[in-house]
Amino acid sequence: MIEELLQSSPGWANFGIFFLLGAVLLLIVLGFVTYGILAERKVLGYMQLRHGPNQVGGKWGLLQTVADVLKLLLKEDIIPKAADKPLFIIAPAIAFAPSFMVLATMPFTDKFQFADIGVGLLYYIAVSGLTVFGMVLGGWASNNKYALLGGMRAAAQMISYEIPLVMSVLGVILLTGSLNLNEIVTHQEHGWFILLQPIGFIVFFIASIAELNRTPFDLPESENELVAGYHVEYSGFRWAFFMLAEYVYLFAMSALITVVFLGGWLAPFGFLDFIPGAVWFALKFSVVVFIYIWLRATLPRFRADRLMEFGWKVLLPIALANIFLTALLKSLFF
Amino acid sequence: MIRTEEMILNVGPQHPSTHGVFRLVVKIDGEIITEAKPVIGYLHRGTEKLAEDLQYTQIIPYTDRMDYLSSMTNNYILCHAVETMMGIEVPERADFLRVIAMELNRVASHLVAWGTYILDLGATSPFIYAFRDREMIINMLNELSGARLTFNYMRVGGVKWDAPEGWIEKVRDFVPYMRGQLKGFHDLVSGNEIFLDRVKGIGRYTKEDAINYSLSGPNLRCTGVKWDLRKDEPYSIYNRFEFDVPTSEEGDCLARYHLRLAEIEQSLNILEQAVAQFPGEGPILAKVPKIIKAPKGEAFVRIESPRGEIGCYIASDGKKEPYRLKFRRPSFYNLQILPKLLKGENIANMIAILGAIDIVLGEVDG
Repeated sequence: MIEELLQSSPGWANFGIFFLLGAVLLLIVLGFVTYGILAERKVLGYMQLRHGPNQVGGKWGLLQTVADVLKLLLKEDIIPKAADKPLFIIAPAIAFAPSFMVLATMPFTDKFQFADIGVGLLYYIAVSGLTVFGMVLGGWASNNKYALLGGMRAAAQMISYEIPLVMSVLGVILLTGSLNLNEIVTHQEHGWFILLQPIGFIVFFIASIAELNRTPFDLPESENELVAGYHVEYSGFRWAFFMLAEYVYLFAMSALITVVFLGGWLAPFGFLDFIPGAVWFALKFSVVVFIYIWLRATLPRFRADRLMEFGWKVLLPIALANIFLTALLKSLFF
Repeated sequence: MIRTEEMILNVGPQHPSTHGVFRLVVKIDGEIITEAKPVIGYLHRGTEKLAEDLQYTQIIPYTDRMDYLSSMTNNYILCHAVETMMGIEVPERADFLRVIAMELNRVASHLVAWGTYILDLGATSPFIYAFRDREMIINMLNELSGARLTFNYMRVGGVKWDAPEGWIEKVRDFVPYMRGQLKGFHDLVSGNEIFLDRVKGIGRYTKEDAINYSLSGPNLRCTGVKWDLRKDEPYSIYNRFEFDVPTSEEGDCLARYHLRLAEIEQSLNILEQAVAQFPGEGPILAKVPKIIKAPKGEAFVRIESPRGEIGCYIASDGKKEPYRLKFRRPSFYNLQILPKLLKGENIANMIAILGAIDIVLGEVDG
């Protein structure tokens, strides 16, 4: 459908449709962020013998996040006197914009995708890498020592873990022969890549946690050492933008793992085809998000230098070995 | 040209991982600490000076507020010192109540140490599991004394309140429950690779260092020195119970972590025996004069608190108030080795090392 619209001559009609679709996706993502945060707090709460939010919006706390966002928007806008003002203002936007840009290539079902570009996977990784600029700039512009340390950690960590992230997914690309996310999904009709590429999946998953700055790799904002890391001086809606970026990336990364390793919208068995693809996608996606939350409740944090060692000395060699193995198997058996 | 510069970082007084109002001025080169200077005194209330104008019974609530995580041992040290000076014989039932209260408090204190230590290392859940079990102890001590943290329970010559009906049974049921929980704690954290990576071989010091810096408690025993006043200089009725003094040879953060959990186990052993031998009847307060006047002279007593050796020195000129009162506060002494340990470590290790010493700022500042 979208393909046809793209081919048709421009006019008010297809402009309207595109605008509407964009608004729908925005609502889906913001809805996820709102209820993803609630789910995280609820799941963490139940794992930690607490109830989580249960006051605002009924006993499930359904309006808690909405109330929190409203509070953040209404807060006084504070810019520290010693901060580098233009950079301080622009940093949250730099961190946040790429998180929405990556969603354009994400095939949620076989019909619902905005830009079916040939190098979708490469586009995702390249654009998501831009976010680290926002963090480093934010940390630098705050003119705060903790923020600076947090920003430096963010830069080191993101760059080091982007490499195993790309390398681990090369095995999948070798098997499909394409960087197009649609083709990667359709290739998984006879077996998901989590089964064909188990090593690649594990490396990718670990690296993705580091990319998302979540426990046990939440060093850039490690609360117990750096107080809040790169966003220690931010408050109000600027801080909300950093948080929004973080949760949109959680959405995007979970979607990417679903697409690349869990067969996207495809049903696990042929006879379950009657259930729509969107439902399958949502199910797999939710499982991935749950695992991220689960890990956060369980694990302590890495140490900065060990984190680097782990990325370069463990994950990268494994990812490279995985590429070699995949290439070998492919040339022998396919 | 690239030029690097040392940076001075003020960690605290408001910082999530300093366990209170403790300030650490560190010089860092990148993330490596070249020099660390602890600044203390933000919680100083002058307990020792205030005590000079107070009668002995009035000082007891002040001791609650020194090491607020184990107020029972603090209560005891003051009462013990005055009793030693006056030669008061404490009734058996009171002694049992004191030991049960102190050991319960020791378990609670070590649970806080365990939970907050893991929290410092970035894991949030174990902290809450530890506090759930601590809550049970706090509730029991609340039933006994009427307070949850600052108990003000002991008096010169005995204790203030008798155990309420069914309380001893509650303690008896708690012991096996806590043993089960301890196993769960080990399963959850002790074998975790990330955790081991953070604490193994970190903050190591030798036996000589520990003795020279006058460390005590788990901080001393982690280097292999078997020194526990409950065993080596038994006070109260500790000589009636059988328990071990766990030690370790490593001297690193992991050893201290394990020792605290092992000490909880030993405290549970003591509790089990104390509850079994608990005398059915008897007075809870010795016959003491209405106005307590320590005889002219001086005395120094010391006992084993969860954090180490706590001592109390009283000089009296025969009045209702002490002429001079001095506490040897173990957290203060244990903290002194910190600058030596921090040199050359990075920021993440700083948190791990400080947490493993297990200080209570109320006690450091006095």
